[in-house]
Amino acid sequence: MNAPIKWLATGLSMALTAALVATPALGETPKRGGILTYMIPADAPPSLDGHKENTFATLHATAPFYSTLIAVNPENPSSTTDFVCDLCTEMPKPTDDGKTYTFKIRKDVKFHDGTPLTAADVAKNWQYIINPPEGVSSARESYMVMVDKVENPDPETVIFKLKFATSAFIPALADPFAYIYKKDQLEKDPRWFEKNIMGSGPFKFVSYETGQSMKGERNPDYYHKGQPYLDGFVAIFAAKQSVRVDAIRADRAATEFRGMPPSARDQLVKELGDKVTVQTSDWNCVNLITPNQKRKPFDDVRVRRALALAIDKWKGAPALSKIATVHTVGGLVFPGSSMAPTKEEMEKMVGYWPDIEKSRAEARKLLKEAGAEGLKFELMNRNVDQPYKFIGTWAIDEWSKIGLQVTQKVLPTGPFYDALRNGTFDVTVEFNCQNVVNPVLDVAKVLPKSVYPENYGGYEDPKLIELYNAMLHETDPAQQRIKMRALEVYALDTQVNTIMTPWWNRILVQRSYLKGWKISPSHYLNLNLANVWLDK
Amino acid sequence: MYRYILNRLLLAVPTLIGAAALVFALMRLIPGDICVVRLGGGGGMVDPKAVAACHAQLGLDRSLFLQFVDFIVGFAGGNFGISMWSGKPVIVEIGSRIAISLEIAILSTVVAVAIAIPLGTLSALRQNSWLDHFVRTVAIAGIATPSFWLGIMSILLVLEVSQLTTGAPWMPPIDYVPLWEDPLRNLSIVILPALTIGYRYSAVTMRMTRSAMLEVLREDYIRTARAKGLLEQLIVNRHALKNAMLPVVTLIGIEFAFLIGGLVVTEQVFNLNGIGRLFVQAVQNQDYTLTQALVMLTVTIFIFTNLVVDVLYAWLDPRIRFG
Repeated sequence: MNAPIKWLATGLSMALTAALVATPALGETPKRGGILTYMIPADAPPSLDGHKENTFATLHATAPFYSTLIAVNPENPSSTTDFVCDLCTEMPKPTDDGKTYTFKIRKDVKFHDGTPLTAADVAKNWQYIINPPEGVSSARESYMVMVDKVENPDPETVIFKLKFATSAFIPALADPFAYIYKKDQLEKDPRWFEKNIMGSGPFKFVSYETGQSMKGERNPDYYHKGQPYLDGFVAIFAAKQSVRVDAIRADRAATEFRGMPPSARDQLVKELGDKVTVQTSDWNCVNLITPNQKRKPFDDVRVRRALALAIDKWKGAPALSKIATVHTVGGLVFPGSSMAPTKEEMEKMVGYWPDIEKSRAEARKLLKEAGAEGLKFELMNRNVDQPYKFIGTWAIDEWSKIGLQVTQKVLPTGPFYDALRNGTFDVTVEFNCQNVVNPVLDVAKVLPKSVYPENYGGYEDPKLIELYNAMLHETDPAQQRIKMRALEVYALDTQVNTIMTPWWNRILVQRSYLKGWKISPSHYLNLNLANVWLDK
Repeated sequence: MYRYILNRLLLAVPTLIGAAALVFALMRLIPGDICVVRLGGGGGMVDPKAVAACHAQLGLDRSLFLQFVDFIVGFAGGNFGISMWSGKPVIVEIGSRIAISLEIAILSTVVAVAIAIPLGTLSALRQNSWLDHFVRTVAIAGIATPSFWLGIMSILLVLEVSQLTTGAPWMPPIDYVPLWEDPLRNLSIVILPALTIGYRYSAVTMRMTRSAMLEVLREDYIRTARAKGLLEQLIVNRHALKNAMLPVVTLIGIEFAFLIGGLVVTEQVFNLNGIGRLFVQAVQNQDYTLTQALVMLTVTIFIFTNLVVDVLYAWLDPRIRFG
């Protein structure tokens, strides 16, 4: 078995295992009724408008009220390639050399005010998301660069015409924030949905107490017949972890849908035994350690290589996974994806060598050559415990083994982003966290700032852009994977623009009576609760 | 008296303007951008066009001078503006949270006064007895123990005790309901925070009551009252306690004003959606308008509470006259 196929098989088996573990209700008949109470590990989101916001707090509070054109398969959300229709009737096959996608829209969908949802609503929403009119903002415009136009030739059809064929389109279209609003309301007042809720999803809006709770009730006219099973839900905002853990322990809430650290899992399992179930998954979020190449000596690739060579990821990941929400060693691409590198491929890159002593000897040699022995610098980090501070502390310890003297500077979110954007740091722990696993777009994080505004490495590199574009426009999966490797090797090994740390680990503890919900690689996915039921 | 109150209210105007200028400047000195926090905090791609649209929408693309003028004119007219984070009027944001903060503050004050005044008085009357030592120990422990820690411990205690006694862990509800909607559920939510905050509050007040009482009990007029053969209960209640209350009332006033917006960590521990938690969120999110309004609210509460305390002085001590 060659390496890519072996890793694809491993990925599939991981997905299958996760699905099986996550399917305690397999074969059980869903029961109707009951109110699900769950926690949202955040304070109040800025607004309720999915088109404008990027925070999971908006999604966790509002996803049950809305429909999307397509979605990750709620019965198989751990797969990175299984997408199903929500409002469409059938997943289309692309035409026009992969540049045209024609969706037929269901005829039985009604908004919660009783008016029918048509293809015109779907098309108008996507036009606003991709090409927002003057004065309207869209947080997802950049993700849809491949789309040329969205057409609505008749009340049942929506056509997406692309500028170029790409495998990134369908995952981008499954964006969980891409709610379908009522066209008339959107045109009348595009900001109406910031403070109001009116969708066509499995639950109807009942009440919202800012920063306190969101309540919804079953939509009897929901178009996926038989669903939802719940009578309603109550989502309670609780930013503090101890509150959420205590609430699950005392059965004030059945779960949360983001992720808990291993200590919280261990505590709840110890105290509640079989009254809780645990679901885990690799998480499409990762911390990166990025040197600021506008500052000396980090403009010297030998110094950046030395930083990468000093860190023992293979030994660090299993140790860190016991205390932090990280787990899997990976490259630029999410480890569960078929586009991800194999272990053999990774071991050829700096920072992944299997022999750490050889790696650190090379690091010391490079530092000496660069005149940076005993280098002192500051590692900037975000004031978030999991896993930022764990990652930062671990990296500093690893660097001390090659004689580097590093201090950690922790900043609150606002000043942290300010320093990132202004380049006022030596080396930083930052992160890349996406919703639908879409490797082709997710890796754009390593592109220079001129292409990807949220790159903080302080470098411009035409070759990197060239490698990325070649991969982006490649439609043959095998060739695309080869081109992804070329990009990865260039970014992580040749230039060491950033250092990957172990990918995050999503751990969810849920009351055993909560059934039907399955974990996915992202806390942004599978949140509409249509297939969730309570075994009480 | 009325003239005194009027003078005090007029003096509040420059205080408020000074506070407004200070908070306006300080908020803008903190590095960061609310639009970047809002659009990039989740870790995804941030569209520069979305950031620019956000700046324009929030008025952050205007000069600082214009922003300050807007703030002062709005404040003078009772208009605190729109929260930059939620887009809701600031008055609505504060209004939806003030009830719970006030309820906790009032309940904690009741708990504190109910514990502190009798125990502080008894402690002074029985100076150096075992009772005095006990009360002083309890008071020092109360001052030394952070309320939020006590809060966490009290929840854990309830969970552990309920698990031991009934087999199923129990804790009070975590989704707040107003007192007028469901009094029992409301009380079960607020009682633990009120007790934990009230304990620390009572400890400070108890020590003040004790020392004030000790001082008053040594005054000549108390000795005279005793020499006249007045009942001890009458001496304590009518002559000693009332006079000893002057510094105690000041302390209660300051603590009460603090409780309205200062329960930052305790509100998080009990998941109470109050003013303290809102304050932290506003600063973290760099929501200028909301932070400014909350600071001005706090300043106003302190000014008003101090005024009420000063007026109470006159009632407690007839020798005090305000001219």
